[in-house]
Amino acid sequence: MSISIQSISKSFGAYAALEDISLEVPDGSLTALVGPSGSGKTTLLRIVAGLDFADPGPGKIAFHGEDVIDIPAAKRGVGFVFQHYALFRHMSVAQNIAFGLSVLPGAARPKKTEIRDRVKELLKLVKLEGLDLRRPHELSGGQRQRVALARALAIRPKVLLLDEPFGALDAQVRKDLRRWLRVFHDEIGLTTLFVTHDQEEALELSDQVVVMRNARIEQVGKPQTVYDHPRSPFVYEFLGNVNKLHAGKDVRYVRPHEIDVLFAAEFDPATDSLARVHHLFSAGPIATLTVKLGDGQFLDIELSRRHLAELSLSVGDEVAVRPPPFERGQS
Amino acid sequence: MSRSTVTTESAPVRLLLIGTAVAFLSLFLLLPLAAVFVEAFRKGWEVFLASLHEEAALDAIKLTLLAAGISVPLNTLFGVSAAWLVTKFKFRGRSLLVSLIDLPFAVSPVIAGLVWVLLFGAKGWFGHWLAEHDIKIIFALPGIVIATVFVTFPFVARELIPLMETQGSDQEEAAVTLGANGWHIFWRVTLPNIKWGLLYGVLLCNARAMGEFGAVSVVSGHISGETNTLPLHVEVLYNEYQFSAAFACATLLAFLALITLSLKTAVEHFTGHSSQNNH
Repeated sequence: MSISIQSISKSFGAYAALEDISLEVPDGSLTALVGPSGSGKTTLLRIVAGLDFADPGPGKIAFHGEDVIDIPAAKRGVGFVFQHYALFRHMSVAQNIAFGLSVLPGAARPKKTEIRDRVKELLKLVKLEGLDLRRPHELSGGQRQRVALARALAIRPKVLLLDEPFGALDAQVRKDLRRWLRVFHDEIGLTTLFVTHDQEEALELSDQVVVMRNARIEQVGKPQTVYDHPRSPFVYEFLGNVNKLHAGKDVRYVRPHEIDVLFAAEFDPATDSLARVHHLFSAGPIATLTVKLGDGQFLDIELSRRHLAELSLSVGDEVAVRPPPFERGQS
Repeated sequence: MSRSTVTTESAPVRLLLIGTAVAFLSLFLLLPLAAVFVEAFRKGWEVFLASLHEEAALDAIKLTLLAAGISVPLNTLFGVSAAWLVTKFKFRGRSLLVSLIDLPFAVSPVIAGLVWVLLFGAKGWFGHWLAEHDIKIIFALPGIVIATVFVTFPFVARELIPLMETQGSDQEEAAVTLGANGWHIFWRVTLPNIKWGLLYGVLLCNARAMGEFGAVSVVSGHISGETNTLPLHVEVLYNEYQFSAAFACATLLAFLALITLSLKTAVEHFTGHSSQNNH
């Protein structure tokens, strides 16, 4: 089901957490809400879930065209996964997953055997077979996250909302789980909205990226589009490393990997600048080079290690640097 | 654990500190406790048992149990509601409410009793109206219960508020999104998470409810066999120079304290154990 958000505002006293937010989350998509802390992304997610209330006004939230703003959270049919999982710690994994079904009113509540089957099915879906009797504290962070996901899916939600789903995990687990979630999403095809402060996560994982800043949406688009054509300096800086080059009053944004490095002998005054190597870092597949331009500005450049080896540079060498042609992605 | 850390004191200093603590505890806690038992049995078992079987003593025990039996469940209910209110909701005046909950701890028990006399006594604000409708509060069971409830109100709430504050509302919110109503949330999510803290608070509340002297003394009227609770009965006996009987009744209160202490330790052991499992 698609999620349609129209003119939603939220203030806490004098502080505006959301200002006139409108957003379409297409049916079956995986959409990322990304932004620095305090940008309002979690508040927006909580309002969609019904855990927070938007300011009174013309604001609307619709699932597949049906207005849900007056439907309480308990009846909205939203699967919500909390940043710290919020598992019921006195219940087993199976009881956690079964909770949503076991609190259904009499007539709608499935039989015990049906609930058991559904729990089994969900455990299989999140690859946690055999852990049904464990308590949350006996599980790793990644396993807890998947229990939380299974618990949210048990009620067959209309949409899935994830608040910083990988925020509390180690780097490696985080990467694995991220990939797993993408495959998982494609399998179940449930419209999913997730919040993250990690731009890399948002770009890698989602179909649609929503960049938020100061209670407003800064830009919405496909990851590639938003990355290559940022609409504002903020988005430019937020979505990856960027060099800010000052030329008089103008500011130019250039990503480190967009800059070519040549031997000083190849210097072309029409396009290049001369610079001196200030720092070299090459402990990964990508090497980072910091150079100092004639006017004292520093420039970060990313290049392949092979290219760096060909140039055989060391600190203090003079090089020619060539930024990309001027028309791309400027503001 | 290594003993040679920078925070460890030298042996003589340690001995001195431990010695001081033991001496202090013996003098102020163990000695009085021992004195109670020694005095109670000074005239032998028979006198001891007889003083507990005396009608006035039995009535006092009954009244104490009744007063605690009413006020402890009430305060459990109030305490849980208050803790739920201040930890799960944000509203104006919240911190004022938290301070108000502590009020009974700050007020002298005599005042805690006197306010009820001023309100419900024969010459109190509502005294005339109550007399007209033939309702007795002061110098009767209702007064004793009201005074006890007032004095013991903070125990349960005080125990639960910090606990529920650290636990936050995440699990409750998760339960809401899963379709649970308030009833389900309380019984299946909140209560299991606070049960040990709640038990702890109830124990302390009960110990104080049974042992309260000051406030109850003001509202009771000391009618033997009617409005004397156990602590008041002890005082009456003592004032009548029936030392053995007074101390015999006092042993009951001392036992109550010992039982409360051991249950409290057991609860602490349990919660300490389970909190290691919670991350």
